[in-house]
Amino acid sequence: MKFTYYPGCTLRTKAKQLDIYGRKSLEALGVDFEEVKEWQCCGAVYPISRDEVATKLSAVRTLNSAKVEGEGKLLTLCSACHHVLKRVNGDMKNDENIRFKANNYLALEEEYAGETDVIHYLELLRDYVGFDNIKRAVKNPINKKVGAYYGCLLLRPSKELAFDSPENPTIIEDFIKAIGGTPVIYGMRNECCGAYVSATNKEIAVKKSVKVTDDAMGHGAELLVTACPLCMYNLTENGNKKVPVYYFTELLAEALGVKE
Amino acid sequence: MDKLEQVKLVKERSGTDARKCMKCGKCSGRCPAYNEMDVKPHQFVSYIEKGDIDKLLNSKSLYTCLSCFACVERCPRGVAPANVIEAVRQEVIRVQGENKIQAEKVPEMIDETIPQQLLVSMFRKLNK
Repeated sequence: MKFTYYPGCTLRTKAKQLDIYGRKSLEALGVDFEEVKEWQCCGAVYPISRDEVATKLSAVRTLNSAKVEGEGKLLTLCSACHHVLKRVNGDMKNDENIRFKANNYLALEEEYAGETDVIHYLELLRDYVGFDNIKRAVKNPINKKVGAYYGCLLLRPSKELAFDSPENPTIIEDFIKAIGGTPVIYGMRNECCGAYVSATNKEIAVKKSVKVTDDAMGHGAELLVTACPLCMYNLTENGNKKVPVYYFTELLAEALGVKE
Repeated sequence: MDKLEQVKLVKERSGTDARKCMKCGKCSGRCPAYNEMDVKPHQFVSYIEKGDIDKLLNSKSLYTCLSCFACVERCPRGVAPANVIEAVRQEVIRVQGENKIQAEKVPEMIDETIPQQLLVSMFRKLNK
């Protein structure tokens, strides 16, 4: 099976580690993947208003590329990209009005109606590779207490994202166990970091991110892992600055022995 | 615009049925930005149902909502308060001259650390 990989804008600039270690780990795990040929930004936020169509088009182009270029398995890594692509795909499947208008705009050779599966990297590890197989592939176990930071975008709304339990998720903890770490469960792991509001109202982001980092440390976390560049930014710039935050792919690459 | 028409538009855009609300307050109870809001998530649902849109259009909560979808997740009646907030925000910023962030301001915000994701999100939320 071949996956069509969508990096997204931030993974080419400020979140290079998320991308580079993600690729290296896929190669080490023998996962076949190819980058979307001419991808565009996903739009970063899902356009909630039911009358928004133009703001969804770039996501539809990517979804359609995965259908046409590959085997219809779109692999995402950034939480925001995953959130947007997955929800827009749901609209293309279930909302006749949006499907009709988006297809009218794009005039594709064949109508796109949500055929692509949007799969997050963590879902790939869980459902296609298997955490047991990852465990067997680990060369350098991460012997640390690691706090999973889920944030919002991977989990909610769970009806659409269907990623894991929105209140008591386990996928990142299972991942941490697989790479030889000890997961630390803390209450704020699915709480918001302050998101984009940090650009216009830093105070809110500081309050939120300090709460998250303090809570994780209070429960004994030596480090945190995230899949989201915006969470990474808020937790490191606006958090308590006492607990290091890594992209989960960096730890994976380290555990698999492919980190330089 | 006619107020009634405006209320109708916001309701349609939100895609959620405010009449289903049973006023349990779980949405506001879960909201991480509750303390930063003058109008709370449950009030957005309640006010739009009553057609009291002016309070919503002028609310500072439009710019402190984090769009984390915690309220949507917790609602036992399948109402989506975040969608109402977004629909009202759109009603504000779609008017000429009402953008809350100008493109010219973005370059001075850029530094070594700020991710593109943040800038694009902010721009999409506050500018039309």
